[in-house]
Amino acid sequence: MAIWEVFRQERKGQPFQHAGSVVAPDERFADWYAREQYGRRGESVALWVVPREAVHKIEDFVDELHRNYHRVDGYPLKEKLKEARERAGTTASRDR
Amino acid sequence: MSERAQLLLAIADDELVLGWRDSEWTGIAPFLEEDVAFSSIAQNEIGHARALYELAARDLGTTADELAFDRKPEEYRCAQLVELRLPDWERTIARHYLYEAADADRLGRLKASDDEELAGLAAKIDREEVYHRMHAEMWFDRLKDEPRFTAALEELRPLVDAISDPGLRSGHTPELAELWEVMTEVRRSQPPGTTW
Repeated sequence: MAIWEVFRQERKGQPFQHAGSVVAPDERFADWYAREQYGRRGESVALWVVPREAVHKIEDFVDELHRNYHRVDGYPLKEKLKEARERAGTTASRDR
Repeated sequence: MSERAQLLLAIADDELVLGWRDSEWTGIAPFLEEDVAFSSIAQNEIGHARALYELAARDLGTTADELAFDRKPEEYRCAQLVELRLPDWERTIARHYLYEAADADRLGRLKASDDEELAGLAAKIDREEVYHRMHAEMWFDRLKDEPRFTAALEELRPLVDAISDPGLRSGHTPELAELWEVMTEVRRSQPPGTTW
């Protein structure tokens, strides 16, 4: 028995997202079970069924110099927008 | 009873009774994914039975529920193969494999029938049965060298001809009456005329 990771696409053109996994004795069973568990109720237009060993896991992300501008939380847009508006003499669009 | 109604009942009874037998694995199939898969196949078979009963019910001036649950065990027209209680997986899969193959032939003939309504329903049912066959075949390939599985196939094979040809059916196994008790218990617990 092996584990297959299943990704599903909800509508054409949308990205595939992880749906879950199935345990199966081989690829044919994995496909069948994936179809049964993630595709039978109209919730998917396509599935990717991937053996877990084929998935590369990466969890080391080095940032020794703490360059916080690389990160979403390192660049607070709200403050900067407020300052810019004050300088330009305009107000936030939702107040208009 | 018209020949058409007899045929519809024979097939519907096969699907209902097999659906019940297959559903006996719910919760105890060999592993979780297979439990879900086999339960779903059981549910499909019962769905097919309902559609067939509905056609028959119209011809006979009754309802699908009455046909499914209000007849006496001896009035059922199912084949012996589907009646057997098979509490071991290799015999269950052997029956599944034999039944799906015979059912494919039967559906093929119905799809080619001049009776458009019946042909249409057979085509609809067959679109689900494709996946049942796929399931049966992958289990077959997996078990085909297991002596217990091949013995089960040999044991059950003589019963398969009656699936394709209802004319070969005569009498029931004692297991049908036992199943009938369970299958109709809830319905019999209510007074006649209860709406469901």
